[in-house]
Amino acid sequence: MLRVEDLHKSFDEFKAVNGAHLTVEKGQLVAVIGPNGAGKTTLFNLITGQLKPNNGKILLNDEDISKLPPHVICRKGIARSFQIANVFHRLSVFRNVQVSVLSQQKLSDKLFQPAARLVVDETHRILESVGLLDRKMDVAGSLSHGDKRILEIAIALGNEPKLLILDEPTAGMSPEETATTMALIQRLAADEDLTILFCEHDMEVVFGTAQSIMVMQQGHSIIQDDPEIVRQNVEVQQAYLGDE
Amino acid sequence: MFGDMIRQKSFGVSVIIFAVLLFAPSFLPRFYIYFLAVIFVTVLLAMSLNLCVGHGMIFQFHHGVFYGVGAYTAGLLLAKTSLPWWIAFLAGPLAAAFAGLLIGIFCIRLNRLYFGMLQISLGSLIWAIAFRWYDLTGGDDGIHGIPIPDFIASTTSSYYFVLIVLGICLVLMYLILKSPFGSTLEAIRDNPERCAAVGIHVRRHQLKAIVIATFFGGVAGVLFVVVEGSIFPDLLFWVLSLEIFIMCLLGGWFTFAGPILGAVIIVSLRTFVGMIQNIGPIENVGEYWTLIMGVILILLIFFLPEGIMGYNYRQLFRSRAKYASESQVE
Repeated sequence: MLRVEDLHKSFDEFKAVNGAHLTVEKGQLVAVIGPNGAGKTTLFNLITGQLKPNNGKILLNDEDISKLPPHVICRKGIARSFQIANVFHRLSVFRNVQVSVLSQQKLSDKLFQPAARLVVDETHRILESVGLLDRKMDVAGSLSHGDKRILEIAIALGNEPKLLILDEPTAGMSPEETATTMALIQRLAADEDLTILFCEHDMEVVFGTAQSIMVMQQGHSIIQDDPEIVRQNVEVQQAYLGDE
Repeated sequence: MFGDMIRQKSFGVSVIIFAVLLFAPSFLPRFYIYFLAVIFVTVLLAMSLNLCVGHGMIFQFHHGVFYGVGAYTAGLLLAKTSLPWWIAFLAGPLAAAFAGLLIGIFCIRLNRLYFGMLQISLGSLIWAIAFRWYDLTGGDDGIHGIPIPDFIASTTSSYYFVLIVLGICLVLMYLILKSPFGSTLEAIRDNPERCAAVGIHVRRHQLKAIVIATFFGGVAGVLFVVVEGSIFPDLLFWVLSLEIFIMCLLGGWFTFAGPILGAVIIVSLRTFVGMIQNIGPIENVGEYWTLIMGVILILLIFFLPEGIMGYNYRQLFRSRAKYASESQVE
């Protein structure tokens, strides 16, 4: 479904991504791991168009999307969450999700229809599936950190993505919240028939959920394979697991 | 639920205010009727600016230009051609929106402050044209005694005309802000990056907002011609743009009705301070109007960063915000 080939991106002299390869098959739950500064977030920003690569290809169903702006890439079926809780903090929880549902249904430009009566059922369904329905009238800025992260996933779901990209979905969460969130992600992958690509710090979390793991170090990918094979890989152990 | 309640209450209040204003000419002296009409024009101008500033976080620093373009277009068509009045009245807002589109296309590529700076430069070009082109615009004298259609020529009839047009425009703006377009615009204000990531063409959406806002700014310009019967380059000068920007901030730029309050306060202050002649040994106090404006601005930045109405809103929800910040502690 998604294939990243020999991707490069540098900021001034610093090579943030330096030869990244990644394959995501339809229906898979794929994780990207690597130490801090390995280029995981940059890789995601390249895939979803926030950044433009210097070199290399990003193929979505064999179409090169590496030069498209973010909103076009989103229209092609890739939605994402951000590492820092990135919500519409002055709007209610309901409207946060509604914005992306409206965008998905190409209703964002409607001028004289009350938005309050549009796509209500779809928005409620998403809020219910992530467990935020009872907080729908709260201002998003007033949510706890964990709830904001969940809301982010809900916003991404509003785009009915084929591929959902989550940048450290559990960063800053307590162990309980982390467990709930990972359970939610697994349930979404199963129920909604979603392909999910995420990056994570917590090794237990990754090896417990992912079907395929890509390891990054200093901007390039070391390996991508099944969790068991990645665990056995000597290079990975030296680079990353050995430090644990 | 809370929102519904506030909305109903404010709806009732606005109906009462509108009703009182409808009967105002029967008990207020003529000067105050004229004064109210001036306020209405400024209210519409500030409200149109706030579509960009408060609801879109688009720093439209030189919104006065579009007000002036609307006024000049309508005024020139009325004074120099024999076209029917309604063509002039329609051409004003359309010309303003077109100017908004043109200037917007250049500015929208830049962010925030740079957007504002480029807009001030491009807007000043239009001001210079109005100021220098004597044959057409009358230069710094402007044009006075513009023929206004008979049915709105008297103070009272122009008052009603301005009030009704203002009412219609406010309802339209309210509907626009509550529509998917307005909702998306506010989402862009809060987080443009996130908006792009949910498939919204951020710059195009903002450009549309600018065109809509400048259209309403042009309507305000036409209403100015109706009330004053004259046009002059001050309408396009950046000082006016700054004044209406302050109206939005003062009243509460994240609220719908904030700029109304801001416009009422600033226009009232300007008018009544301007009328004061001498206080004790200080002569011509009215001339220090800009000084008072500066002090208001300083106080505003320090004590009311979200404006008067923004402050009330905060108080209402303080308990909830407190709860949220407590639950955030881990």
